[in-house]
Amino acid sequence: MGVEIKVEHLTKRFGRQTIWEDVSLTLPAGEISVLLGPSGTGKSVFLKTLIGLLKPENGSIIIDGKDITKVREKDLYEVRKLFGVLFQDGALFGSQNIYDNIAFPLREHTRKTEKEIKDIVLDKMEITGLSGSERKLPGEISGGMRKRAGLARALVLDPEILLFDEPDSGLDPVRTAYLNQLIVDLNAQIQATFLIVTHDINTARTVPDNIGLLYRRHLAMFGPREMLLSSNEPVVRQFLNAQREGPIGMAEEKDAGELEAEKGTELGALPPIPIQLPTSSGKARLTQRPPGSWLNEHGVEPPPGSFPGLDLAFGNGASSAHASVSAGNGTGGVRVVPAKKAAARKAPVKRPATGRGDG
Amino acid sequence: MAVSPLAPVRGAGDFFALSLDVLRGLFKRPFQFAEFVQQAWFIASVTIFPTALVSIPFGAVLALQIGNLTKQIGAQSFTGAVAVLGVVREASPIVTALLIAGAGGSAICADLGSRKIREEIDAMEVLGVSPLARLVVPRVLACMLVAVFLNGMVAVVGVMGGYFFNVILQGGTPGAYLASFTALAQLPDLYVGEIKAAIFGLIAALVAAYKGLNAKGGPKGVGDAVNQSVVISFMLLFLTNFIITAIYFQVVPQKGG
Repeated sequence: MGVEIKVEHLTKRFGRQTIWEDVSLTLPAGEISVLLGPSGTGKSVFLKTLIGLLKPENGSIIIDGKDITKVREKDLYEVRKLFGVLFQDGALFGSQNIYDNIAFPLREHTRKTEKEIKDIVLDKMEITGLSGSERKLPGEISGGMRKRAGLARALVLDPEILLFDEPDSGLDPVRTAYLNQLIVDLNAQIQATFLIVTHDINTARTVPDNIGLLYRRHLAMFGPREMLLSSNEPVVRQFLNAQREGPIGMAEEKDAGELEAEKGTELGALPPIPIQLPTSSGKARLTQRPPGSWLNEHGVEPPPGSFPGLDLAFGNGASSAHASVSAGNGTGGVRVVPAKKAAARKAPVKRPATGRGDG
Repeated sequence: MAVSPLAPVRGAGDFFALSLDVLRGLFKRPFQFAEFVQQAWFIASVTIFPTALVSIPFGAVLALQIGNLTKQIGAQSFTGAVAVLGVVREASPIVTALLIAGAGGSAICADLGSRKIREEIDAMEVLGVSPLARLVVPRVLACMLVAVFLNGMVAVVGVMGGYFFNVILQGGTPGAYLASFTALAQLPDLYVGEIKAAIFGLIAALVAAYKGLNAKGGPKGVGDAVNQSVVISFMLLFLTNFIITAIYFQVVPQKGG
């Protein structure tokens, strides 16, 4: 079972430049959380601060009862054994082949025999779909394989917390879909706490249980997926729906003139909330909440067309499925979901309309 | 970021902090023996050949400079004494310093720097392995060991170069060249040369590790780090050479003085 990470009033500065300040959030044990933010808002810095690679100027990070911003270097190495981290490019050791890379943590930290190590390594390589590339060097394989090898290495010590630094950067949409599926299946299997740092909207909309958004040097919002996807907060809706209309501009933030100019423009309806990516076996993850549960608890009506294929009733009467299709088309944002749904309705045999790359 | 007047002081402080950590790490178990042997082999392989090529002309230049003068004043039999004195006391530490910093240190810095920007160092820390213990300590020890051997090699090759020039090209007598070896030089000269070499190896490796581990800003950052590491270690090594020599002359009585 995973470990809860409690971040309180965290502030990070480089010299006089504030990266973000007063960030408070709790990553619930065993759940998948996504941290989003425009480029250059310090998402990777946040990740590195969580592992203790960077010291924050203020605040605390409590993991397993220890405040890792205050523990000594020696204890930090102990706490870090709880972590598995997938770095952007995999961060494999260039001088070792894939097998040795994945075996590295086992050889350093355990007294396992080479035979036992081999069993574990080959098992993790199979999970991540790398079988057969044991003897290749990191320079000889593709970026997607490097990421998966980095993931396999992060997995061998059975981490309680898994951090992903932009797992989808530099991958094509199909590979991203596979990787997302792998993340969800892994979570169901090892039940660790997952944090994914990304700016891929599709990942953020379909994979996590919780979403956080960093913007303008602070945490704009953190909460359950359904809360952010149904939010009308300008920054959140702009980012999650990849629109140009909103406070985020090309350079960090828009100036007053630009904001003035778009004052009259209509934002349009929120796009429908997609169904959360299920595990490939179809079995719910331990920490997975049924679709619509947050919305129901808080009496919030989701955008029309949400949860395609499911008949859920919200607040004041169920929103009609027929109306939702046309409304969904109108937004232009996430046309895929209703379109696919329509297709699925005509030919129900084809495939479920969840928009994922089935493995 | 604003440039603070304290920045150079902070850099020096960070360097000493790293050096202390490494020195403490030298005595910690487990010792990374495989990495040590591999690095010693690697550093030796990048330094041996250039060192030999640099030390031959060093001995030869001494013989050329001194040969004519000693001939004119009839002291040709002392050419060997001068060659040994010059090579063992001065040339071999200097050549060792140049090569260990220029070839060995730059290789260490480039290696650690590229690991740093590929996030390998971060990954290692996250995997609960201290890069200092795993990477830096074996490199520092390997660099010291190789420096000591290089110093010995420079002395031998340099004296052989001097012999060749004096005896074959300038018509000196082999017996006189060899017999005068200990006229001016003495055994402590060699000892102090070896101590110097070990310290040079230590400093060059520490500077290279510091610069490499603090590389940032992509491939260009690694290039800058290597450049700075070579320049800084040259300056430090020549300063150290001067200080040790000065102390040596005060502590150990010299022949013919």
